[in-house]
Amino acid sequence: MSVRTTVVWDYAPAPESADHVRLKDRYGLFIDGDFSEPASGRFVPSINPATEEPIAEVAYGGPDDVVAAVQSARAAHPKWAALPGLERAKYLFRIARLIQERARELAVVETLDGGKPLRESRDVDIPLAAAHFFHYAGWADKLRYGVNAREVSPLGVVGQIVPWNFPLLMAAWKLAPALACGNVAILKPAETTPLTALLLAEICQEAELPPGVVTVLTGDGDTGAALVRAPGLNKVAFTGSTAVGRDIQAALAGTNIPLTLELGGKSANIVFEDAALDQAVEGIVNGIFFNQGHVCCAGSRLLIQESVHDEVIAKLWQRMRRLRVGDPLDKNTDVGAINSAEQLARIEALVAAGEEEGASRQTIECELPERGYWFAPTLFTDVSPAHRIAVEEIFGPVVSVLTFRTQAEAIEKANNSRYGLAAGIWTDKGAKAFEVASALQAGVVWQNTYNHFDPTAAFGGYKESGFGREGGPAGLRPYLQIVQ
Amino acid sequence: MTRLTVRKTYKLWIGGAFVRSESGRYDETDGFNFPRASRKDVRDAVAAARKAAGPWAARTAYNRGQILYRAAEAVESRGDGLGVSREEREASVDVLLHYAGWTDKLPAVLGGVNPVAAPFLSFSLPEPTGVVGVVAPDAPALLGLVAEIAPVLAAGNVAVAILSETAPLAGLDFAEALGVSDVPGGVVNLLSGRRGELAGALGAHRDLNAIVDAAGDAELSAELDRLAAETIKRVRHGEPARSYEDAVGDALERLEAVTELKTAWHPVGA
Repeated sequence: MSVRTTVVWDYAPAPESADHVRLKDRYGLFIDGDFSEPASGRFVPSINPATEEPIAEVAYGGPDDVVAAVQSARAAHPKWAALPGLERAKYLFRIARLIQERARELAVVETLDGGKPLRESRDVDIPLAAAHFFHYAGWADKLRYGVNAREVSPLGVVGQIVPWNFPLLMAAWKLAPALACGNVAILKPAETTPLTALLLAEICQEAELPPGVVTVLTGDGDTGAALVRAPGLNKVAFTGSTAVGRDIQAALAGTNIPLTLELGGKSANIVFEDAALDQAVEGIVNGIFFNQGHVCCAGSRLLIQESVHDEVIAKLWQRMRRLRVGDPLDKNTDVGAINSAEQLARIEALVAAGEEEGASRQTIECELPERGYWFAPTLFTDVSPAHRIAVEEIFGPVVSVLTFRTQAEAIEKANNSRYGLAAGIWTDKGAKAFEVASALQAGVVWQNTYNHFDPTAAFGGYKESGFGREGGPAGLRPYLQIVQ
Repeated sequence: MTRLTVRKTYKLWIGGAFVRSESGRYDETDGFNFPRASRKDVRDAVAAARKAAGPWAARTAYNRGQILYRAAEAVESRGDGLGVSREEREASVDVLLHYAGWTDKLPAVLGGVNPVAAPFLSFSLPEPTGVVGVVAPDAPALLGLVAEIAPVLAAGNVAVAILSETAPLAGLDFAEALGVSDVPGGVVNLLSGRRGELAGALGAHRDLNAIVDAAGDAELSAELDRLAAETIKRVRHGEPARSYEDAVGDALERLEAVTELKTAWHPVGA
């Protein structure tokens, strides 16, 4: 009898080298075109969530720093707004080019600081950030055409708060249209991921952007709360949780300061029985495990037609078991580190609630590094629409599966949410895809794809997922006032 | 012998029905009693509006345009029966006509194909926000109301409006004009009463998607903003429209305020 040995096929480690990264030990606040000591006197380390090691120290913006930031921005606004559009465009084109030139460094720093797989920061975050600047640079001298030939003027000083899931990309989504429209911006990066915004500040210097046009005010939630309430602001844009968005909207009540909010989601990814199932499974995986599920539009509610439920779940589980979880710098990693201890605790609490409420949990078995924050990809079946894991945003690599029989039921279940950011439809029938897409209350609907972004395509939510759009001509409107 | 006139019983318009306030309360103006709507009436109106929202949005743009045109006809034909000046009535009719023509142009103006760098047909189109609460100004009682409601309907939304507090009869008469036009029940709901009592209940309603406030009261505006934040409602504040030009000069901004943009990605090729 012949004995057949089992061969374990695996990948050799393939870590991206970080030796070309030029990070300082300590970063001040980027105010008036230069890095300066914070009035708060405080510096806070930014932690690598994959190792729990500090990467660099970052200034903490306190109340006096907020005042200084607004002053500098106010002073810079008239000249910037008065520049011919083409000249503003040239600065933005320069920034786009510099992001491309420093793409490798930016990708590594994004991964070190936030824990996302290098494959994603390299192939998605950084190229899209450059593309965004490139797209809006081209708008700067064509603004009237972007708002249906209306007379427009910039708003002034805009305060922009971005989240930790796509730090540089969200900064680009905010800064590029704001600057193209002739505003100056104060960017508040997330507490746990400030580093690429600070590198972007260096890029602004390199591009010789006039001082005060871009301010990078690092700090925490209190810094952001002080910024949106600061006198002298003409516009607030926020991307983050619905809870904080609600707080900002209430804080601005009665001020007439324009606001755009891009908030949470519990997006439905709908698989019909006529879909190409293998392709759908890839899309499900991309929809929920991309960036560890730290994606506001993640396909976190998977709706599967009953007739193919078992088959899809079997294929999905097989695919999930092959996901590689671990070192974000490794080029073969699919799922990196959870962004922070705080976020890990939130995911764990909601997953525990899912088990308590009676859903069936399957989590892939994999070796996780000893240090750092990790959560293995998890699948919940037997989920009822009332379960917390079907209602609340988990913002982690956890997918909740519900079923439906008819198209009408799929639409009803998909729309049964206070959120309305995105949705996915998997079907090979064109007419059905168009009909379902038009019935879904969601700002973005993907057919046979998921998590696809483009600077020319508007992105933003319905209902409690926020208001205002980013991308394309619709993304100009929140940064302009119409002159009557 | 002098003839005894037949007096009118003014009623609220909720879900396509003319009803008294569920509270049984009334106020009095110009020798007429009119219903003093309650918070429960606000809730009933929002529920009726929600029921009407889907079917209204699902009608073709052409059909919605025709219905708004028909509403203009109904107002025009009432002549003096609306109790406002001829100028105000005619401006109101013209505003309805203007917005009737918007229904099938808005997608071309606000939407378009996105030239994405991938093999997809990606396009962005405006869709109605949903159920919109309208706080009408005291004056002009009719034009001020029509200027807020017409863009809401033209963009495919449904409305729950609180009428002028000082001159509610014009709005209640307007309801009768709409009642004999083709506007489906629940698409417009009109409530008379005390603004201070009703606006808060409307602004706080969790099934309302947006608020259009033309009352011109800074304190109320701030309160509506605070209430809106609870469920991330869209809010637009504006001055009362005093002329046709006021009501249509910023038409696109009025339409944008109650419009969502949906981006769809459909694969091209495999």
